[in-house]
Amino acid sequence: MQQRIGVFVCHCGSNIAATVDVKKVVEMLALEPGVVHAEDYQYMCSEVGQAKIAEAIKEKQLTGVVVCSCSPRMHETTFRKCAERAGLNPYMVEIANIREQVSWIHKDMEEATQKAVILGRAAIAKVSLNTPLKAGESRVTKRALVIGGGIAGIQTALDIADAGYEVDIVEKTPSIGGRMSQLDKTFPTLDCSACILTPKMVEASANEKITLYTYSEVEKVSGFVGDFTVDIRKKARSVDMSKCTGCGVCQEKCPNKKAPSEFNRGLNTRSAIYTPFAQAIPNVPVIDREHCTKFLTGKCGVCSKVCQAGAIDYEQQDEIITEKYGAIVVATGFDIIKLDNYGEYAYDQSPDVITSLELERIMNAAGPTKGHLERMSDHKAPKNMVFIQCVGSRCSDGRGKSYCSKICCMYTAKHAMLIRDKYPDVNVTVFYIDVRTPGKNFDEFYRRAVEDYHVNYIKGQVGKVTPEADGSLTVHGVDLIDNKQIKMKADMVVLAAAIEPNPDIRKIATMLTASIDTNNFLTEAHAKLRPVESPTAGIFLSGVTQGPKDIPETVSQAGAAAVKAIGLLAKDKLLTNPCTAQADIMACNGCSTCANVCPYGAISYEDKEVRGPGIREVRRVAVVNSALCQGCGACTVACPSGAMDLQGFSNRQIIAEVDAICR
Amino acid sequence: MQELINKAKELLANGTVVRVLGWRAGDLSYNPEPAFFETEEDLQKFVYDGFCGANLSKYMIEASKLDGKTLVFLKPCDTYSFNQLIKEHRVDREKAYIVGVGCRGKLDIDKIKEQGIKGIESVEGTELDGPDTLTIKTLYGDKTCSYASAMLGRCHVCKGKEHMIADEIIGESKDTKDAERFDAVKAVEAMSPEERFNFFQKELRKCIRCNACRNVCPACSCRKCVFDSNKFDSAQKANVDSFEEKMFHVIRAFHVAGRCTDCGECSRVCPQGIQLHLFNRKFIKDINEYYGEFQAGADIEARGPLTNYTFDDVEPSIVKERG
Repeated sequence: MQQRIGVFVCHCGSNIAATVDVKKVVEMLALEPGVVHAEDYQYMCSEVGQAKIAEAIKEKQLTGVVVCSCSPRMHETTFRKCAERAGLNPYMVEIANIREQVSWIHKDMEEATQKAVILGRAAIAKVSLNTPLKAGESRVTKRALVIGGGIAGIQTALDIADAGYEVDIVEKTPSIGGRMSQLDKTFPTLDCSACILTPKMVEASANEKITLYTYSEVEKVSGFVGDFTVDIRKKARSVDMSKCTGCGVCQEKCPNKKAPSEFNRGLNTRSAIYTPFAQAIPNVPVIDREHCTKFLTGKCGVCSKVCQAGAIDYEQQDEIITEKYGAIVVATGFDIIKLDNYGEYAYDQSPDVITSLELERIMNAAGPTKGHLERMSDHKAPKNMVFIQCVGSRCSDGRGKSYCSKICCMYTAKHAMLIRDKYPDVNVTVFYIDVRTPGKNFDEFYRRAVEDYHVNYIKGQVGKVTPEADGSLTVHGVDLIDNKQIKMKADMVVLAAAIEPNPDIRKIATMLTASIDTNNFLTEAHAKLRPVESPTAGIFLSGVTQGPKDIPETVSQAGAAAVKAIGLLAKDKLLTNPCTAQADIMACNGCSTCANVCPYGAISYEDKEVRGPGIREVRRVAVVNSALCQGCGACTVACPSGAMDLQGFSNRQIIAEVDAICR
Repeated sequence: MQELINKAKELLANGTVVRVLGWRAGDLSYNPEPAFFETEEDLQKFVYDGFCGANLSKYMIEASKLDGKTLVFLKPCDTYSFNQLIKEHRVDREKAYIVGVGCRGKLDIDKIKEQGIKGIESVEGTELDGPDTLTIKTLYGDKTCSYASAMLGRCHVCKGKEHMIADEIIGESKDTKDAERFDAVKAVEAMSPEERFNFFQKELRKCIRCNACRNVCPACSCRKCVFDSNKFDSAQKANVDSFEEKMFHVIRAFHVAGRCTDCGECSRVCPQGIQLHLFNRKFIKDINEYYGEFQAGADIEARGPLTNYTFDDVEPSIVKERG
């Protein structure tokens, strides 16, 4: 068929037009074979601009449209819809990105114009080979999965359940609650963390739309937006959840109390059968098989003997639950970094050098010291305390993290204030690089610490902490404002260690094919405009998994993620991307290379009768499930015989683009 | 050799197999060729000597489509190719009766010629249990050279005397490795980019696009090669410039990367003597370094390093840095 292609060059105000001679681009592209219409306009995406495209499609019976404008991620959909309204198949539209790839990155007008023309030619070459495609439909499973049962996961689940949808929370540890359950008080109001968290936990547990899978992990994810299939491994608790009454006798009687308490950050020990903390939900203990005498030696069985309900089950096995979901929210949260790279702070040498999270546990009434502020070495009350900020945050030497952990300035002010309030005779010094307190009532909070509680803030960094023979610590630092070296005695040193995403996120992101950045935070679909969505459709981000956040921010983002998930679950059908792979059975070897590389499990093999000139045989050939295929193209490049091709991005189209560029 | 013929006769007679895949004498005494035998009479032409370098694995693709079992003779290094073909579903294990044959390294007539021996009529002492010295009958009288000095380049980096797959084994094999597998690759890596470019330019300029390397390669087993496909503009095309000379071989190397067992057939059959295996061996060396030691065809179950993902995979930036 004779091609009738229309070219539309956008100025994007001055975004493109200031660097690219748009008139020249129109003039040059008008000369390309098949081009019957070429024009430029200030804003192609505007209503007037779109009207121009629609009018040209109708008047000149265009068979293909090339829009030279911004990235297809911005307006491809806009122009496809515009074409569709004018009666042209939406997949007959190609975008030449002359903004992000030309005007924004080049200065020289002549060169930029030349490149814009070349990209336009490539798009024209491609559109000449486009074929009309039709989007299919897929169903939406009206159930959401939330990975992580911290405050982010709980809030997201509550909001989704509130909208009337079923939602499951998968939590790796024996109880929901997450990091927030370990905190003593919360800034800037200083209310007790457990007091505001526990009601939410109870609500999640009581909500009939919410199913909790604690002590469980996501094992396998397949499928796609609207129709994920997830295998959840329910680890063997060794306690029958349906029988256990949560009386706690087993934990009391357990003779092996030497396991380090994860909840108390290893500051004390717990029994081998345990619930992490008193308000744990579910209030059903688990047996830590690595520490349990029964599992280690075969002898003991005390818990089983004392359990009135007969709930102890040493034979219990891991269970795999397979469930379908329409949307998945990742809320895997954070941990603080390991301090191996920071030997100068003597964290490994002295029990009196602790992290802020350990201090939270020490300050907490349910913690290892019952809330008394004391040194872990000799249980004496400290007189001088030094807080060191930015341990591993804002790090430029590669030992720590380049980012600001965001919460440390505020929680350190909180710690300093609480200590000065409860123990007025304790001197508190804080070494900081900058104090960063943006947020509602945050700076006022910090100023109270300085002005009302006389916390000694020193701008400067600590070079070394030395444990002395008398059990004290010497802090060697620098005061940048007075420009002098400081050497001071301390009884306790508290390190504001950087936070980092939960290390499991790499595995989870791989299963979800969700992208992560260099710091292992999940990437948003758009940093500003789609901050709670992953670029992978149907995956949403909640809490610190996306970037450092405090509790109020986490809760707001958790709500936002829930709304996005609800928006998806509310749909009955989704349009599928027609740009999927197809196998040419005449060329297919049946070698399985494509199936091996397919991240979506979309390729299977069938024995099919193949008929061609001189051929009539049954061959093992690849078959693509177009509902599962996401059009990533991995199979097309892996296929040695070129039997796999991607609709809308065929090998021929791509070679035509390259040829046009190299012409 | 007689033992192999006897085995073939026995299996044909008792109906275990309906044909035999082996080698028969070619036009020249040192040029035996792969052949199918269906009767006892046919088997009179069967040979197995030091010049039977041809890897018979690939012929099993067609044999798998025929009715009945085929007896195939495989040398230790051929079994890697056979395994790789099983893994890619190109041959049917059930259609093959594999006799692993002994090998003490295979011979290259050019290696004898390179020693200044001209007018060769025949070579004696090439059989499996033959002497360490070859006697070469020439127009100018008898000459001798050592067996090892006449071996194919690939036999100097022998993968070992074990058969990776076989129903039975006849004859003793010998590990003939006396050189480092990657030394030649390292020498190319050590060149400056310019020298390297010139080196490959010089090698590939010799290519006449006869497609022998592709046709013999057990990894190049596509039903329809991209270079024969009308879906691309490259079908049946003679090289018109140096870019196209390189394109064919570079694309071929990419297509077999992670699947090439380093059987060396490409270099053995190249009429222009291009060291084609260097491309493949460079990929093998890189794959070993980036993704851990991997020998294609050693294990039917193992996933190829380029079609597998593990958390320990090297980051793309490192691959890029090291070129």
